[in-house]
Amino acid sequence: MGKVIVVTSGKGGVGKTTSTAALGAALAQNGERVVVVDFDVGLRNLDLVMGAERRVVYDLVNVIQGEAKLTQALIRDKRLENLFLLPASQTRDKDNLTTEGVDRVITELKRVFDWVICDSPAGIERGATLAMRHADMAVVVTNPEVSSVRDSDRIIGLLDSKTLKAERGERMEKHLMLTRYDSVRAERGDMLKVDDVLEILSIPLVGIIPESSDVLRASNMGAPVTLADARCAPAMAYFEAARRLRGEQLPITIPGDKRGIFGKIFGRKAA
Amino acid sequence: MTKVLTDARSIRIKGRSFLALVLSPDLPLDDWLVRLDDLASRSAGFFLDRPVVLDVTGLVIDKIQLKDLFEQLAERNVRIMGIEGARPSMLGPGMPPAMKGGKPAADVEVKQREAVSEDAETESEAPAPADLQQGRPAAQSLVINEPVRSGQSIIFPEGDVTIVGSVASGAEVIAGGSIHVYGALRGRAMAGSIGNSASRIFCRKLEAELVAIDGIYKMIEDMSPALVGQPVQLWLDGDSIMASTII
Repeated sequence: MGKVIVVTSGKGGVGKTTSTAALGAALAQNGERVVVVDFDVGLRNLDLVMGAERRVVYDLVNVIQGEAKLTQALIRDKRLENLFLLPASQTRDKDNLTTEGVDRVITELKRVFDWVICDSPAGIERGATLAMRHADMAVVVTNPEVSSVRDSDRIIGLLDSKTLKAERGERMEKHLMLTRYDSVRAERGDMLKVDDVLEILSIPLVGIIPESSDVLRASNMGAPVTLADARCAPAMAYFEAARRLRGEQLPITIPGDKRGIFGKIFGRKAA
Repeated sequence: MTKVLTDARSIRIKGRSFLALVLSPDLPLDDWLVRLDDLASRSAGFFLDRPVVLDVTGLVIDKIQLKDLFEQLAERNVRIMGIEGARPSMLGPGMPPAMKGGKPAADVEVKQREAVSEDAETESEAPAPADLQQGRPAAQSLVINEPVRSGQSIIFPEGDVTIVGSVASGAEVIAGGSIHVYGALRGRAMAGSIGNSASRIFCRKLEAELVAIDGIYKMIEDMSPALVGQPVQLWLDGDSIMASTII
């Protein structure tokens, strides 16, 4: 049986879709069978980031409503043969998702894939709660700023109350993915520091993704950043995060902390 | 250091819990209404002057059907004060507010009556509330071993609340007694909500949005900046909230 991960945040625009695609590709590059599922019905984006927007025939809603088989809706990635996408519908809305339908699709995917990664829509409404409902673990994507942190805190509360795991009395495994982190700005006080975010959210870190133009470039190319340029800083951070999700114990590195000796001297002088 | 934090004129906000009857309709609604009429004919005036909450959890109906149900109930003199378990899309203006966080109490026995007489309405009101009060367990303190997240509320009118963790911004804790937070208090804390002026609020780090004791409240903006971020206890002296750091 595969593991179901929900990538969620509460707030929009913090990097859920980017992280879903990057983690999916990173896990698939290790040879595991991975499917990324877009739950943002009506505002789908995962197909663009995966570079599969012209290959969508059937979608999640079609499968839920019985208009298409799961195998017809799944799109195989052109670069990695064990990476698949289940796109959302752009012409419908979230009311088309039913609890039973989602339950059936996830159960079927879990049988075939090692990892089922659900890209949650923003918000705390039907789409988001259905995306998290069947998850075994959650990746909470947060930007180092107060509104994102508070929304993530709200989502963590929902993960502990509105999921199947919570209803069965089990604990949901939650991981914090801090995205768009800029150590220079955090040091200046323009951004929350890693420790501040951890203190507020009190869940373990799975990765810190540095702010980088590589991420935007990869999205616009239609490739997960871990496939576009595997050696850039954000891609390496995603690869490490994927290894941690697999259960490996790796020390967390804060991007930008490895400043050279000159940086240290200047840093001291400035202070 | 001890500081007076309130002026003489203050607004009292209190929490109070009331016992409401919970009606859970099932489908088809026509059949259910027939059974309700049957019950009402056996015990006339059963719903009269009683707060009633409609529980629609798991009921597959839409907004129009729900509105229709309210009208049907209103015709039977059943007034709905709140609705539980409804999807936001089912509710709208002019409808009772959504309620959540209800605690279960003993089931209400409907008194059987052979003949409905003129004075039935006054008689049938008396017994139920007394029975219901006894069903509550005598718990005095509540311990929460994890952080209280934004959007969550802990309501415990029976006694003290201890939180081993932080209370996030946008979360609230309402206790009949004192509130102890072994972490940062960033949300709202209301102690002594059922009129206990001796209750206090303790926290490791005071960053609260609002604190209240026995209905007297204070925003963090009105507090001394020296207290913010410090371990603090708050108590009530007359109509003033007092605060001091604790080491």
